[in-house]
Amino acid sequence: MGSLAREADVTAALEIAGLHKAFGGLPAINGVSLVVSAGERRLIIGPNGAGKTTLFNLVTGDLAADSGAVRLFGQEVSRLAPYQRAHLGMARTYQIITLFGKDTLEHNVVLSLLGLSTARWQVFRPLARYGHLRAEARRILKTVGLEQLAARPIGEVSYGERRRLELAMALAQQPKLLLLDEPFAGLSREERVAMKQLVAQIPREVTVVLIEHDMDTALDLAERITVLHYGSVIVEGSRAEVVADPKTKEVYLGD
Amino acid sequence: MNRAAWLGVLGVALVALPWVAGEFYVNLTSQILIAAVFAASINLLLGYGGLPTLGHAAYVGVAAYVSALVYLKLGLPHWIGAPIALVATTLMACVFGWIALRATGLGFLMLTLALSQVLWGTAYRWVAVTDGDNGLRGLTRPTPFGISLDSATAFYYFALAVTVISFWMMAKFVDSPFGAALQGTRDQPRRMSALGHNVGLIRWLTFVYAGFWGAVSGLLFVYYHKYIHPVSLSLTNSAEGLLAVIAGGPGTLAGPVVGATIVMLLKNYVSTYIERWNMLLGFVFVLIIVFMPAGLVPGVRRWWAAWRARRT
Repeated sequence: MGSLAREADVTAALEIAGLHKAFGGLPAINGVSLVVSAGERRLIIGPNGAGKTTLFNLVTGDLAADSGAVRLFGQEVSRLAPYQRAHLGMARTYQIITLFGKDTLEHNVVLSLLGLSTARWQVFRPLARYGHLRAEARRILKTVGLEQLAARPIGEVSYGERRRLELAMALAQQPKLLLLDEPFAGLSREERVAMKQLVAQIPREVTVVLIEHDMDTALDLAERITVLHYGSVIVEGSRAEVVADPKTKEVYLGD
Repeated sequence: MNRAAWLGVLGVALVALPWVAGEFYVNLTSQILIAAVFAASINLLLGYGGLPTLGHAAYVGVAAYVSALVYLKLGLPHWIGAPIALVATTLMACVFGWIALRATGLGFLMLTLALSQVLWGTAYRWVAVTDGDNGLRGLTRPTPFGISLDSATAFYYFALAVTVISFWMMAKFVDSPFGAALQGTRDQPRRMSALGHNVGLIRWLTFVYAGFWGAVSGLLFVYYHKYIHPVSLSLTNSAEGLLAVIAGGPGTLAGPVVGATIVMLLKNYVSTYIERWNMLLGFVFVLIIVFMPAGLVPGVRRWWAAWRARRT
C-alpha cells in the first residue's frame, strides 16, 4: 500500500499520529493521523466546525493535545511551545487576521524577522539602528506587492492587503513548513486570484498545508487533499480521488 | 517643537530650579522625581507590556527597608547598603515575577496585589525587625564622593541625576528590539509566540527590570525621608503609581512624569489648602479618563495635532 510506504518516509515534513483533542468532553479532533511529505502542497478541507483550525492549533502548539504525536521532519514536537516550533521551521497565518494593529506594515514584518533573530534580546541598541532588518522587511513586502504601503499603519490598509501581510509575515521567517489558515477568506474574486498566485509562487523547499472550508477555492493549488469531518479524516488522496469519492459529496452536499 | 527641544527646555528648568524656587518647592520637585521613577517602572509593565500591576509598592518598600535595616542593624555604610538593597529587591522581583506571570490581565493584577499585601502585613506585624507601625527612624542620607546631601538643593541634584539615568535606561529599553518585542507581546501575544518570541521570558525579564527601577525609587524615597513606614508597601501606594501612569499616558515616556507630577502636586501642595485632597485626586482622574482615555500625554498630543491641522 502507498500509505504504508509513506509512513516509513523519513522525509515527511509533518506527521500527525493519533491526535485527540476534546473541549469539555466534546471531541474536536478525534484520532487524526496524516503525513505530509516534504515539498508537498496539501489541502485540508471540511465544513465549518470540522476541526480544521483546532488541528492547526495543535500542530503549532497553541493548544495542547490530549493524546497523539506531532512530528516535524521526524522530530517529536508535541511538547514544545509555539515559539520553539517556530524556531524549528514552522510558520503559520491566521484565519482571523492577527496583526499588530497600531504599527506599520514594515514594523509587522520586522517583528516577524526579529522572532528568529538573536537581535531580539538586544536591549541597549535602538531598533531604529537595525537598518538591515527594515531593508529585509521591505524586500519581503515587495514580494507580496505591498512595498508602497510599508510605512502605513495597519488601520489604513484594506482587508485584502492585510491578508497578504499575513502571508508576508509567515514567509519572512523562511519556514520549512507553512500552515495557511483560510488565506482566501473574505477576499474578492480579484484578490483571490492575486493571492493564489502568491501561494503558487512559494518555493518548493517550503511544504505548504492549507485549510479551506470551501472546496473549490484552492483545489488547484494542492496535490493531495484531506477531508476532515467532525474531527476525523474521512477521505484522503489525490485531487481526482477526493473529488470523485462519494463521502466527499456527502459531507459537502449533506446527503 | 520637537522632542529634543522639549527635553532641552525641561532640562534647563530643572537645573535652574533651586536658584529661582524656595526650599519647599525644591523638596516638592525631589518628591515628584522619586514618584516619576516609580511610575516609569510601573509603565514598563503596564504601558509597554500590557501587564497591570497593583503591587509595585513592594519594590519601593523592600528596597527602602533593606537599606534602612542594613544601616541600622548591621551598621554598614550606604555604599554597601545600596547595592545590597538593589540586589535583594531585584532577586525578589525574580521570584514574584515567576509567580505573578502565571496569569495575565486581572489574574496578574490580583497576584501582584496579594504578594505586596503579604509584605505590607509583614512590615506591620514583624515588630522586632521593622518596629511595626512606628516605622524605622534614625536614618541618614548617603554622602556620594564625600558630598553631604542634607540640604534640599544637594539632595535635589542627587535625585535629578538618578532620575535622568533611570529614564535614560528605561527609554533605551523600550526603544530596543527587546522593547519592540515586549510591545508585540502586549498587542498580540499569540502571534508573537508563533513568530518565535518567548513571550513568558520577555514578560519575566521586563518584570525583573521594572522591579529593579522600583527599587531605585525606593532608595531615593528612604534617603529623602530618612524614615520608612509600612504605608510605603501599601495598596494605596501601588494604586497611586498605577493611577499616575494611567492618567499620564501608559506606553509613553513622558506619561509617568506628568502623572506623577499631578499626584504629587495634589498630595503635597493642594492638600495644604484642601483637606479632602483624595477626593480632588479622584475627580481629576475621572476627568482625565473621560476626556482623554489614552492619558494626558497622548490626549494633548492629539489635540495639538488637531489644532495645527485646523490652522493650515
